This record gives sequence, C-alpha cells and structure tokens, in this order.
Amino acid sequence: MELARLSLTQLRDALRQGKTTSVAATKAMLAQIKDVDQNVKSYLTVTEEDALAQAQNADERRESGEESPLLGVPVGVKDIISTKGVQTTAGSKVLEGFVPPYDAFVVEKLKEAGAVILGKTNTDEFAMGSSTENSAYCVTSNPWDLSRVPGGSSGGSAAAVASRMAYGSLGTDTGGSVRQPASFCGLVGLRPTYGRISRWGVVAFASTLDQIGTFGRTVADCTAMFQAVAGYDERDSTSLNTAVPDYEAALTGDISGLRVGVPKEYFIDGMDAEVETAVRSAIAKLESLGATIVEISLPHTKYALPVYYLIAPAEASANLARYDGVRYGPRLQGEDMIDTVKKTRSLFGPETTRRIMLGTYALSAGYYDAYYGRAQKVRTLIKNDFINAFDNVDVIAAPTSPTTAFKIGEKTDDPLGMYLADIFTLPLNLSASCGLSVPCGFDRQGLPIGLQLIGNTLQEATILNTAYAYEQATKWHTQQPEIAV
Amino acid sequence: MSLTREDVAKIAHLARLDLSDEALATYQEQLSAVLQYAEMLNELDLEGVPPTSHAVAQENVMRDDEIRPSLSIEDVFANATKQQQNQFWIQTVLDEA
Repeated sequence: MELARLSLTQLRDALRQGKTTSVAATKAMLAQIKDVDQNVKSYLTVTEEDALAQAQNADERRESGEESPLLGVPVGVKDIISTKGVQTTAGSKVLEGFVPPYDAFVVEKLKEAGAVILGKTNTDEFAMGSSTENSAYCVTSNPWDLSRVPGGSSGGSAAAVASRMAYGSLGTDTGGSVRQPASFCGLVGLRPTYGRISRWGVVAFASTLDQIGTFGRTVADCTAMFQAVAGYDERDSTSLNTAVPDYEAALTGDISGLRVGVPKEYFIDGMDAEVETAVRSAIAKLESLGATIVEISLPHTKYALPVYYLIAPAEASANLARYDGVRYGPRLQGEDMIDTVKKTRSLFGPETTRRIMLGTYALSAGYYDAYYGRAQKVRTLIKNDFINAFDNVDVIAAPTSPTTAFKIGEKTDDPLGMYLADIFTLPLNLSASCGLSVPCGFDRQGLPIGLQLIGNTLQEATILNTAYAYEQATKWHTQQPEIAV
Repeated sequence: MSLTREDVAKIAHLARLDLSDEALATYQEQLSAVLQYAEMLNELDLEGVPPTSHAVAQENVMRDDEIRPSLSIEDVFANATKQQQNQFWIQTVLDEA
C-alpha cells in the first residue's frame, strides 16, 4: 500500500481497519515534503516533531478504542489561520515571528476531530492575490507545471494536497482563494456560505467576505474536512447558529431531477476555448446524470469585479490599521511614534500596500458615497441576482476561472489583469451563496480545468452531492501530477 | 477618476505608509487605473437600492454578560517588541510640557 497515494477517506478507512497507523501516514507525508517541497514550496513551516507526537497520540487513542472523524489524518493549514505556539505570518513580514497564544476555531475543531497538523502553508500576503506570488516568503509552484502558479491566495494549501504532502487542507476564500487554486491544481475546493464556519482566530482581510474553505483530492475528502470544521462559535458574531447537517451522508450521487442553471454571463470573450469546452461538456454530463439544464442570467455579473475591488480593500484598510508594531510583529523604530508606525508598515508588500491605499481612498471623506457607498448598493443587486436565480434552479454551473494556471511572473506587473483571474469567483463572495470547484478536464498542456458549482445559502450538501455525482461518472480526479507519484 | 501625486501622498499619510517618490508615482498610475475601471458602476441607476453590508446579515448579536477568563498577561505580551511593567512600550505621543 503506497500510503501517500491514498485519498483522505481511503486513509481514514485503512486507519479504522488497522491496516496502517497515523505515524506511518504522517511519516509518508513528511518524506514527501522532504522530497518534493524544495521544488513546490507549499509549506512555510513544517511542524515535524509536533506532527509525529500528534500521530503517536492518535494511534494510542485508536488502540484504546477511541474514534473521531479525522483521527490520525495528516493535514495542512493555511498560514493565515492561528495555531497556538506555531508561527502564523499571513504571508507577511509584518507578522514575522508572531506566535499566536491560541488556536483558531477551525484548528480547535481539527484537533478535536483527531487530525494531525503537518504545518502551515504559503499564502499571498494577508490572502490578497490570485497566484501566491504576493507571499513575502516564497513563491509556490503549481505541482502540474513548476513554472506556473498554483493559484491563490491559498496556493500553498492547494499545492500541498495536489503534491501528496497532505491528505487535505484548510484555506480561506475572500474572492475565490479556495476555488481558483483548486481549479489550477486539479482539486476539489469548497467555499461554504459566509458564516457557516467561525472565522475566530483567522487573520482578517475583508471581514464581510472572508470565509474558511477546505481542499481535498476528491469530493469525499473535501467534504470530510468541511464536516470536521463547520459550525457556530459565539466568538465570531457573524457565524451562523444553525445545525451542521451530515454532509458526508448527503453524498449519494443521485442528482435526478436537479435543476442546474447555466449563467450566460459566465461564458465571455477572452476566456480559454479549452476551458469553455471542458465546462460545457461537464454540464452535458450533469444532464446525462438526470439533471435538467436551464439557461439563466445573472445580469450584474460584470459589476462584481469593481464592487469587490472597492469593498475588499476598504475593509482591508480598516483591518490592517492594527499593524503598528506595538502589540505584535516587528517594530522598526523611527524618530517619533508616527514615524515608527510608518516605518513598521513599510514591511507590507506592494499588493497589500496598494489595497490599503485604495481602501483608504474609497473610505475617505468626500469619496465614501461615491465609492464604498455605491459599491454596497451594487452589492445588493449582485446578491439579488443569485436570490432570483435560485427561485428557479438548485445549482448554478460555470467555469471556476477563465483560464488554466498562468506562468509565474506573467501578471505581477498588471494588478488589474491579475484581478480578472477572479472574475467568476468574486460574485459569490458578495452574495449569500456557497460554491466549490471540481476537476472537469485538462487543457492540451496538461493543466487542470475546474467546474464551479454554486449553491443557495447553506446548501453546501446540494453542491457537494452534485460534484460527487459528476466525479463518480468521470476520471479526472484519478490523475496525479508526476511530482506526486 | 485620475489621482494627483498630492492625492496619493495624502492617502499614504492617512494610511500611515511611508512611500518613496517612485512608489508614489507607481501607485498614482495603478490606483487611477483601478478607479477608472470602477467608474463602470456609474452606469447603474441606484435610486432606491439599499446598501448591503453583510451578505448574510445578523443584528444585535450579544453574548451573556458574564465574567470569563481572558488571555494571561504573559500571553498578551509574548509577541510585543518592547514592554515595561505589563504595558506596551511606545514613544511619547503627547508633549510633556
């Protein structure tokens, strides 16, 4: 049994049946990290000793008859999610050396579920980016082609799972940062409804858009991760106090009678022809599985990008005002206090600085109504597009990204061009919907293509089951990048 | 909307960012481009459209008013560059006179 090649759910079964141990699986992941991560650079911190101790503990718990949902399963956590006693940088020099005194809610949940945490994965600085190139520490490569980006901002979490350096991982998705890297790396990535998972302990980027998401090699893997971390927590007053359904039991593969909407605004000039072909044939596959396909319109789609790039930077500029070097992070001493704060904040990278500037402007006196206020009104129209669409359909199917993974360095000098990479994922974050990306093919260069499935508020089970039905009828998820084998 | 160099310098100061002349010039160009792109929103008639702050809005979320332990003093200061007598140390912000 080649341990690293098992999916998360296969490993879980093998552990439950006593065919392997968590220590063995953890060692297999650590060995893969040693072999491969010098090329991929998905981890910022690997907590080898701690992981082996957690694995040992999981094996002992199992031997004494204990069982829990992810008992002994090794996973990765995006470095924007606080881990007690383990450096958490958010990909920024502003938080270099920051060691959180507590675990984020989702890390508490992972530990409760028995998961083994292998380390912290690379991210664009404060999750601002679509390629993970904005990390202050290193550039992560796409496991399918090392000269290309893994997507972002959760590129480290995606690359780690795709390279078999973790069985599953956590990311965050503010404008597509789980779905887009899942698409680029050939994984399943879920962005649940805003509030479905408590954000407590996650470094804030844009507080009305941020949500934690999960990666897996298969729909079942992604679902198992989601099941483990979903839930309400009073420490996040925006988390939703509603029961967490049994998502894993909802994966029946039966989608007969499902109404699938195809929005015409998501098939635009300038998108890759191969992406369009793969997505359209995936939609045809859903139809052959018993779904009804309906053409729909989300008329305000094109406004999502400008709305997002006013709202997200505005919220970011407010959230990031806290980084002044006083309570945590490095402090660069200046002549007086203001000078010290300014010097310290020069540790922000170019994209973070750009968004702080943009957000400060959008919120400044005299411009608030023209920019932020206006964007909030258009947000209502975008949100209503989805509400109206879900009157008639159960799921919306669309591409996750207009292209496959682009070259490292290709878009770094073109902020607006980089923002366009998220054109199909952003609208969802402005609304009350949930969404995922599931592999639906490869282009001629062998790069993965993702199908995006969007569901109504808290209808994660519906989109996961739709993806599951599709996955069971196709073989895309069985292909692995060479680096993983 | 095109920003002037003075606009950009003012924003940088408000955001407590210390930018070089070269950086100010770059951001002037890039921010103007993004703001011009955002002018697309002016096409829409927004008369009577309410703003959305949160997609899934909740109101007046309160917790029970009960005393609970918070972080220990040790944890609170563990990440501070400089502290003195259980306080964060900063430079003088008010004149002593």
